Amino acid sequence: MTSDPLLAQLKFRDPQKARALAAALQREVDAIGRDEITVMHVCGSHEQSIARFGIRALLPRQLSLIMGPGCPVCVTDAPEIDEGVALARQGCRVLTYGDMLKVPGTVQSLGDAQADGGKVDVVYGVEQAVEIAKARPDEEVVFFSSGFETTAVGTAAAILRGLPKNLSVLSAHKYVPPAMEIVAGMPGSKVEAFLAAGHAAIITGCDCFRPMARKYRMPIVVTGFEPLDVLAAVLKTVEMIRRKEHDVANCYPRCVTGPGNLPAQKMLWRVFEPVGGQWRGIAVIPDGNLRLKPEFAAVDARRRFRIDVKGLWDYAPRQLADRCICGEIMAGFKSPKDCPLFGKECLPESPVGACMVSSEGTCKIWHQYGGVPDLKEVG
Amino acid sequence: MCLGVPGKVLAIDGLNATVDFFGVKKELRLDVVDEPVSVGDYVLNHVGFAIRRIPAEEVGETLALFDQILKDVAPDDLMAADVIGEMAAGKEQGK
Repeated sequence: MTSDPLLAQLKFRDPQKARALAAALQREVDAIGRDEITVMHVCGSHEQSIARFGIRALLPRQLSLIMGPGCPVCVTDAPEIDEGVALARQGCRVLTYGDMLKVPGTVQSLGDAQADGGKVDVVYGVEQAVEIAKARPDEEVVFFSSGFETTAVGTAAAILRGLPKNLSVLSAHKYVPPAMEIVAGMPGSKVEAFLAAGHAAIITGCDCFRPMARKYRMPIVVTGFEPLDVLAAVLKTVEMIRRKEHDVANCYPRCVTGPGNLPAQKMLWRVFEPVGGQWRGIAVIPDGNLRLKPEFAAVDARRRFRIDVKGLWDYAPRQLADRCICGEIMAGFKSPKDCPLFGKECLPESPVGACMVSSEGTCKIWHQYGGVPDLKEVG
Repeated sequence: MCLGVPGKVLAIDGLNATVDFFGVKKELRLDVVDEPVSVGDYVLNHVGFAIRRIPAEEVGETLALFDQILKDVAPDDLMAADVIGEMAAGKEQGK
């Protein structure tokens, strides 16, 4: 696949090359001859690149490039947040990634729990959690770990190396491939192809997507984050749609291989097991949540503590959240511009839905890069 | 969060590597990376772990995006914030 002439064009972020790719894309779309072609990507970093570099402005009118469930923070469900909030209220020191702080729980976010005097701190990774636990041997420290498989591997490595006695893990880790299948199979789904996230595929490889490509009869193209990476991958995808190639293509061979990082996969599945669970607003995703295996009970916060989430639920009910359409956005049925709350009641500083919280959430990205970065709508 | 940022390996001690990210030195873990890493190699860092050794011929291309993101963006840029977060995930050197 490295001999693909497309890849030779990726060396620069040259506007001329971008225009050439866009022209080729138009030709492919015209050859397909349909009015509507929908390609979904599943990565917040892809959406950042697409919105930041205005890639949608280069796409043919008939082609929609939408973001699916590609933000691990956004799909973390309220009851999972509640577990972290409850542990903070029970006196544990809860450490988490910064993006998680504002994600709404049923009653409180972790940020609210912090404002109420709970010990909630932001860390950038599990190694920092280990350092903090070592420095506070008299406290129970809980690492609320979120993220897709790329991030879960780091958590697994730290657990296998051995955590300090006072540190446990509350896993909200998610596994992307099953969620892609659920979205692909949703009744009424318009998704005809996926762009798969390059860095998650460093771990999983791209071969793992092949059964799904065959089952749902769609191309799945792995790609990186340079604007031309994305554009070239979209071109490859549309070309595959035209040729009815229901297979996997790797447009990111400088990082991604077929089988992926095997030692990392071994660590991941040694520590975690996939279980079904609700992804916020989308659906119950079979095998979508990564939980610690029973043999790691000693470091599993869910087994080490009695987490009293029910005690939380006696408080305030949800309000605006009932009108939030984050779930339909992440499933590809709607866009932020369809949401009555977007940019009004729901803002980055006071998010109603989780997609406005994370730097990888569709709504927050659209809000930052000019609301609707879809230049074809302004002519 | 899934971005991953490239850096150059300056020193290796067991499974710890000292890595230079655009002038910031951090310690990274090498537990996860699947190829032998040597001093002078470039690796992609995600939340404090090297997840991939970048082939030498691809280094320039991979660095370019991040170089631009760090150089010419508003302080509240989301991608820049993610890049800076990834860089912060490594341990401070010497701690």
